[in-house]
Amino acid sequence: MQPFISHTGIAAPLLTDDVNTDQIAPSVHSGGLKEDYKAMLFSRARRREDGSENSDFVLNKPQFRDAGILVTGHNFGAGSSRESAVWSMIANDIRVIVAKSFADIYRENCLQNGVLPIVLEPDAAEAFIARVIAADGAAPFTADLNTQRISGPGGPDVTFEIAPAERTRLLEGLDDIGLTLKHTGDIANWEQRAAAAQPWIQSVRDSR
Amino acid sequence: MARTLFDKIWDFHLVGQRADGRDLLYIDRHVLHELHAHHAFTLLEKQGRPIRRPDLTFAVQDHTVSTSAGRDDNTNPSGTAFLRAMREGTRKNGIRLFDIGDPEQGISHVVAPELGIVLPGATHAVPDSHASTVGGVGALAFGCGASEMTHILATQVMALKRPKRMRARLDGRLGVHVSAKDVALRLIAELGVAGARGYVVEYAGSAVRAMPIEQRMTLCNLNIEMGGRSGFVAPDDTTFEWLARRPYLPQGGMWDRAMDYWRTLASDDDATFDRDVVLDCSTLEPQITWGTDPSQVVGISGRVPAAATIDPSRRAAAESAFAYMDLKPGTPLAGLPVDRVFIGSCTNSRLPDLEVAAAVVRGRRVADGVVAMVVPGSSTVKREAEAAGLDRVFRDAGFFWGESGCSMCAGGNGDRGKPGERCVSTTNRNFENRQGVKVRTHLASPVTAAASAIAGRIADVRQLRPGAG
Repeated sequence: MQPFISHTGIAAPLLTDDVNTDQIAPSVHSGGLKEDYKAMLFSRARRREDGSENSDFVLNKPQFRDAGILVTGHNFGAGSSRESAVWSMIANDIRVIVAKSFADIYRENCLQNGVLPIVLEPDAAEAFIARVIAADGAAPFTADLNTQRISGPGGPDVTFEIAPAERTRLLEGLDDIGLTLKHTGDIANWEQRAAAAQPWIQSVRDSR
Repeated sequence: MARTLFDKIWDFHLVGQRADGRDLLYIDRHVLHELHAHHAFTLLEKQGRPIRRPDLTFAVQDHTVSTSAGRDDNTNPSGTAFLRAMREGTRKNGIRLFDIGDPEQGISHVVAPELGIVLPGATHAVPDSHASTVGGVGALAFGCGASEMTHILATQVMALKRPKRMRARLDGRLGVHVSAKDVALRLIAELGVAGARGYVVEYAGSAVRAMPIEQRMTLCNLNIEMGGRSGFVAPDDTTFEWLARRPYLPQGGMWDRAMDYWRTLASDDDATFDRDVVLDCSTLEPQITWGTDPSQVVGISGRVPAAATIDPSRRAAAESAFAYMDLKPGTPLAGLPVDRVFIGSCTNSRLPDLEVAAAVVRGRRVADGVVAMVVPGSSTVKREAEAAGLDRVFRDAGFFWGESGCSMCAGGNGDRGKPGERCVSTTNRNFENRQGVKVRTHLASPVTAAASAIAGRIADVRQLRPGAG
């Protein structure tokens, strides 16, 4: 996994709650296994019905076209577990999402891919959103995971919380499977114990 | 110390704790589907990592399969590459695949319980957010993304933070034509789309105890729509009778041993939950969504709410939903003209769902101009429904009767509505554009969907005029 240390970018405000993964990464049904994740990001919201660009959508506004940080409301990433909703962020170099809260699976998908999910408490979130709106893309913000601070125009640095272990995992770009494979012995032991205690759970076959 | 059933299942499956503090939870059964599995097959091959337990792993083709009779890999061209990659990946890795043409193919969340691949007190994972459907038989199931799926394939465990525990006590006797779908929609409306975030939900109470297994699965299926990653019902005699003799479950003496254990699977009387919610279901009428998230729900006799009555934090979302759904506040739901009806999906596609819908449809005709579809959740359900003559009932009424798969739930197989259509659907998400660009989805139960197809309008099934038959 690509480590996350710090990321500097224009912060784009997408100020709605419950943005779901169908919206973030609409299924395109292109037919190929390799999908265009860059084009996928908010692809429906970016276009009007006639196919022309929707200039009202935040990421289509000139000052936010190259945004690197997305700032949003509650329960971001609700719905389908599709990981393309994170891959499409990375493909657009959006490596930080600041939200009032995240849906559980989406947040995990961020951590799995080196995208920093920052949750700010309601008051701090409102104050930060006001700064993002005031900045209006004129100057970038920086999210630094080492110092757990967001810096940028319009005020002092904002600190954010993240579990120390998740912070380490992102900073070092740790391979999640590799971390678990250190416990291969524990896994094998568990399998042995379970096979003795509940044999039906460790073996499954069609009885017909 | 008193423990909840969740704690008992979690503690049993705890393999260890990782250096980063995450619990390693053993996954007893892992079911893949073609939309996501290829990511893992490719990545693991590249990393040279073997699949630890192909024998505990199963695979289905469900998201992209055509529902047309005589379907093959090419019937839905956008699915062809996925179907082939799945076939190739499962063959190389020795994983049992329920492929197109297999008599037991179907939606993962329908196939796993009906074959007994999932069992009470077991852990289960699917790279799909509706994994907890199988909580209906008392399994602890987690939906996950592609990375976590790959992790499970390589290690057979998930690295999770221990979630909090919620008990949803659903009491009271359900009225005629009121089912788990209505209960779940009402609960989501009460708790909100993020109400269960961070929790595993145990569904309890007299209404749940009275539900047959298929309805318990509907209830657990919709758990993610209030943000909960997992939800389940403690197993009881209803569960054991339902599971008996399913082919992938232990048989004979081993079944008896398993039963001895399964009978212990309950929360202790004095166990405490982090959150307790209660819903009286005795006065509940059939429910239906009016908006674009599954918490925007009213009773079938209700109206689109006025903006002023909506919580200020939810008002902007409601305004946006009014526009998308082309509905004005104050409009009664019943009577809205319908263009399309879909009965199916992991939420409501099991045999009893089709039976109750067929009972409404029998002797009646789908209203002119309405496109109505029934897509059984598995090829087994389809076969059983046909043996009972349900396909004839639906076809005679003018319904399309399809081959099994996810179909119009997300439209990944090309089954989609046309822009502007209003669709009553037994699925789980009424998100914008989910069932087709600009399609307006109203989530409801199978009987409400069936009644609406007949009436050509959103209908209260309890008021449907007698049919010809």
